[in-house]
Amino acid sequence: MDVPKSLLYTHDHEWVQIKGQVGRVGITAFAQDQLGDIVFVELPKVGASVTAGAAFGVVESVKSMSDLYAPVSGQVLAVNALLADQPEQVNRDPYGEGWMIEVQLADASEVDALISPEAYADSTQSAGH
Amino acid sequence: MDQALKHTPLYDLHVELGGRMVGFGGWEMPIQYTSILAEHQAVRQRAGLFDVSHMGEIEVQGPGAAELVDQLVTNWPSQLPPGGVLYTPMCHPDGGIVDDLLVYKLDEDRFLLVVNAGTTEKDVNWVTSQAKRLGSPATITDRSPQIAQLALQGPKAEAILAPLLAADLGALAFFHWLKVDDLFGHCALISRTGYTGEDGFEIYLESTAVDQVARALLRHGQSAGLQMVGLGARDSLRFEACLPLYGQEISDSITPLEAALGVFVKWDKAFIGKEALASAKEHGLSRCLVGLRLSQRAVPRHGYDVVANGQIVGQVTSGMIAPTVGQPVALALVPPELSQVGTQLAVRIREQDIAAEVVKRPFYRRDQR
Repeated sequence: MDVPKSLLYTHDHEWVQIKGQVGRVGITAFAQDQLGDIVFVELPKVGASVTAGAAFGVVESVKSMSDLYAPVSGQVLAVNALLADQPEQVNRDPYGEGWMIEVQLADASEVDALISPEAYADSTQSAGH
Repeated sequence: MDQALKHTPLYDLHVELGGRMVGFGGWEMPIQYTSILAEHQAVRQRAGLFDVSHMGEIEVQGPGAAELVDQLVTNWPSQLPPGGVLYTPMCHPDGGIVDDLLVYKLDEDRFLLVVNAGTTEKDVNWVTSQAKRLGSPATITDRSPQIAQLALQGPKAEAILAPLLAADLGALAFFHWLKVDDLFGHCALISRTGYTGEDGFEIYLESTAVDQVARALLRHGQSAGLQMVGLGARDSLRFEACLPLYGQEISDSITPLEAALGVFVKWDKAFIGKEALASAKEHGLSRCLVGLRLSQRAVPRHGYDVVANGQIVGQVTSGMIAPTVGQPVALALVPPELSQVGTQLAVRIREQDIAAEVVKRPFYRRDQR
């Protein structure tokens, strides 16, 4: 499963791309594969606050519903509006068109708690089928 | 956890084909091989092969068999023509549904009851106990371990299966069966039935033959686009066609009248639960099954509340963004006064009330394309 080296990860299968004080967030290729066909994504509004480790939204596949957990805390700067009509982009391109929110980092030290691509890849190999 | 789950004879094939195995009704079954939506569309547009060997088969035969099955179910199996199959609820004395099943009339005094996987044991016990209570001399045999079942469903199903058989499959009418002895060298009972809303067949055969037959069918049907389909698409296909699922639209505490299955209740004969159903009909139902269409994209799921004017008035039994219809729709039990097409209701999803309108069922009908 694809785990880009340029990103950081959580054990809840979210990824974060850190650019300065902004983190772009989505779910990993492993997560979208486990969920199956994604049919609905519920995201916070721009300006809302998210908290590291707390749910910030919901992703629903044909069979199941899962909470999305924020990897970092801060204010939501942008939301991927494409997903309202095309939630399947999360399956097609989880690290690109399927991104979910951008967060203004409230506490840069939270980034230290995220896991490396290597460690994340290892964890999904032991969790996979 | 996994060691308690049973395997069908096609388990190895499922794993070989990359099936994602999950627990369902005590069985380890493939929920999907590729993607639920892709498998759903394959059945709507071409053909899909399902392993439904986990379902149960109960044979009732000998003197008294016809009288017993007529007592057990709300529909009227003894009235079937030769080669006929019927769909029917089987009720408790209070009218709640023990299970829904197909009844094959194999002979005047021989019937095959095809029941849900998760309820097979309950059904065998129920049928046996009722036979005893009624003093029926009929013989009841659980054939589930010996009988495997495949479902071949979709607009290409007949074109795939017919050339393989000497019998005239084209002449087989909806809800009729025939026996063949030349399905890749094996005997099989084939009926024009299914659980998808498409044309297709259900194929019963010896458990020892099903692996060879399934592989041969897949090879043979490849050029017509045949692929294996898992339980995920089985559920989405049956849902769009508004075919009930035990545990959702129907259960021990839901009657056939509430579940909009009244057409399968025959009042001109005796059956277990008749008095309770007749009384409910006379006094008026407290709830009935309706179709709902949501006003915006959201996923209504089993158990979500249905709301009218801020008050909870019912529950969603099944719901999803229907793949072929492309809209968020649901089946729900609501009071009869709120069941008319056009009634404005709402479904409560994560504390938000999403407007929904009562619409006609089914959501998908094959001949409307």
